[in-house]
Amino acid sequence: MDNALWAVGRVSGFVALGLFTVAVVLGILTRSGRPLLNIPRFSVALIHRNVSLLATVFLLLHVGTLLLDAYAKLNIVDVVVPFLGGYRPFWQGFGTVAFDLVIAVVITGLLRHRIGQKTFRAVHWLTYAMWPIALAHAIGNGTNGTAGWFLVLAVGSVAVVGAAVVWRLSATFLETSKARQGGLL
Amino acid sequence: MTPLSATTPTMGEAWDTQGSFQLFAAGANAGLRVHEQTFGPLFLDRIDNGFISVLEASGLTGRGGAAFSSWRKLAATDQGQGGSVLAAKPVVIANGAEGEPLSFKDKTLLTHAPHLVIDGLLIASRAVSASLLYLYTTPAAASAVEDALAERHDARKIKVVQAPETFIAGEASAVVNSIANGIALPLDSRRRLSESGVKSRPTLVLNVETLAHVALIARHGSGWFRTAGSDRDPGTRLVSVSGYVAEQVLQVEGDARLADILASAGVELSQVEAVLVGGYHGRWVRPLDYRLSPTGPENHVVHPGAGVLHVLAASECGLESTARILASLAGASARQCGPCMFGLPAMAGVLNAIAYGDRDPGLVGELERLGKLVTGRGACHHPDGTARMVGSALDTFSEDVRAHLGGTCTRKA
Amino acid sequence: MSEVLHIDWTKCDGRGLCTELIPDVLGRDDWGYPLARQARGGDRTNVAIVPRDVAAARDAVQLCPKLALSLSPQGALKRR
Repeated sequence: MDNALWAVGRVSGFVALGLFTVAVVLGILTRSGRPLLNIPRFSVALIHRNVSLLATVFLLLHVGTLLLDAYAKLNIVDVVVPFLGGYRPFWQGFGTVAFDLVIAVVITGLLRHRIGQKTFRAVHWLTYAMWPIALAHAIGNGTNGTAGWFLVLAVGSVAVVGAAVVWRLSATFLETSKARQGGLL
Repeated sequence: MTPLSATTPTMGEAWDTQGSFQLFAAGANAGLRVHEQTFGPLFLDRIDNGFISVLEASGLTGRGGAAFSSWRKLAATDQGQGGSVLAAKPVVIANGAEGEPLSFKDKTLLTHAPHLVIDGLLIASRAVSASLLYLYTTPAAASAVEDALAERHDARKIKVVQAPETFIAGEASAVVNSIANGIALPLDSRRRLSESGVKSRPTLVLNVETLAHVALIARHGSGWFRTAGSDRDPGTRLVSVSGYVAEQVLQVEGDARLADILASAGVELSQVEAVLVGGYHGRWVRPLDYRLSPTGPENHVVHPGAGVLHVLAASECGLESTARILASLAGASARQCGPCMFGLPAMAGVLNAIAYGDRDPGLVGELERLGKLVTGRGACHHPDGTARMVGSALDTFSEDVRAHLGGTCTRKA
Repeated sequence: MSEVLHIDWTKCDGRGLCTELIPDVLGRDDWGYPLARQARGGDRTNVAIVPRDVAAARDAVQLCPKLALSLSPQGALKRR
């Protein structure tokens, strides 16, 4: 039983990280206002939302199983308060921080119509901190974190997200940026 | 644009009546004593919401630009409380922000007859049982307003708020936003101000000249008010005359002929190319036999807007003037609403091209297309008014447009 | 029942999701902002939505990235 929990905990963490990577890239695409090939804009937004929620489910599975797993020695305080863990507290703390950020981003995302655009947006920006922290946690804390295959995947993900961020910061990022250039007197 | 100095009021003698019609009858910089001697005492305690029907009978319309029925605004604010006893009491704002660059009648009024405006504000507030009163003034008139308020005991409730000197600071929702949040930008129009304005209370915003007329209607009655002007445009109004003429504020009867007003302002009519009526959101007209009235057939009547008459001399090019105005309007966008933020500069670019030598025959059609595109698509009417003014320029200066596209200009040396 | 879709232009950023969801009602202008194809009474800020389009319009309100849209029953919305 313990072995199963441990395995599920590790795999779900890996899957969650992968899905969050996809969610971040889709989020940047959503913000640009462009459709994805023949997928319309609203579908891109919905896919972004659904992938994010799915990633969150895997994250909860990851945290939940390791909480129950005796080997991981995780307690409820570690889920909320970072850097107090028994095993590699520094790297585990990164996981706690990322988890807390995800919870904040998801809750404000679901309540967007209630809390208003400003609060939603401010909290949603935390995603840009959450993703690298989560990745660092995976590398530093994960059993296979420093394995060659994982590092290759990690470098690939950083390249993809990094490219998306560079695009995000470019002058032609918005779909409408060209048409609107003349408007700035 | 040359800076506008507040002129000493000059009164047009367009009709024969007793001095009480004259908003400036108490003279320059009138104090409270002279004000009361001139206009008679104000019996505020006799005012209740029955005054709304007096206003209805008077036919007074707003003098700030839109010429909306004043009584309807009061009635909507009165009903905006929803009849509940616990409902928050309304807010009344005297709007003296005069962002329109060609208008100076409100500054002049606040400087020389502030007590008339304060009377009107107190009357309107009693009529709708308001508990919060504001006087929103341009910085130019602020000290005159403060001095006048300090003279009175019945006006302690009135708070003075200074308006920034931007074009849109006087738009009703921008006034509310400025007073409530210190941001003089228009708000989305989903909710009526008469239902929810300052502090979510029913809010009534009235132009300061409108309030000055209210002060006189309360004293002399609606029948008296209607002895001036016409049925479709009763009473009198202030106009700011500028351009190819000495800048001045005139008080004219409703439905007055443009040519008569200009003649009494000392304009040499033969030297007039066209007149911009109503200001930057107004309408270019020519010839001068139009009458100034908010209602009536478009080929006989021109909407007075905020009472601006700007005279273009025959030696000036209407397209260049309009291009300058449009550039200024594009720059005055609050940059909140996309169609205005991008549409007005696009329009300005096209009109500049027409005015300054580009001979592409498609430009006029493009300008008309852009004008239609921005109309009705903003939180305030800035794009609408701008498109209307530009459309009237294309009509009135159609010969000039043809000449420009042919590589010449009709301007007379 | 017919409803009215209100566009808050101070929030709208012209991202275009609404124009995909109710293409019969809204097109896009030169800069990407929604443009009512038919303006009843010249009102292009409060756009009439026929019953057939109400569900899609509701999705547009939900998915608008700037929360710039709102839907209300005909007659409930008044302009100043």
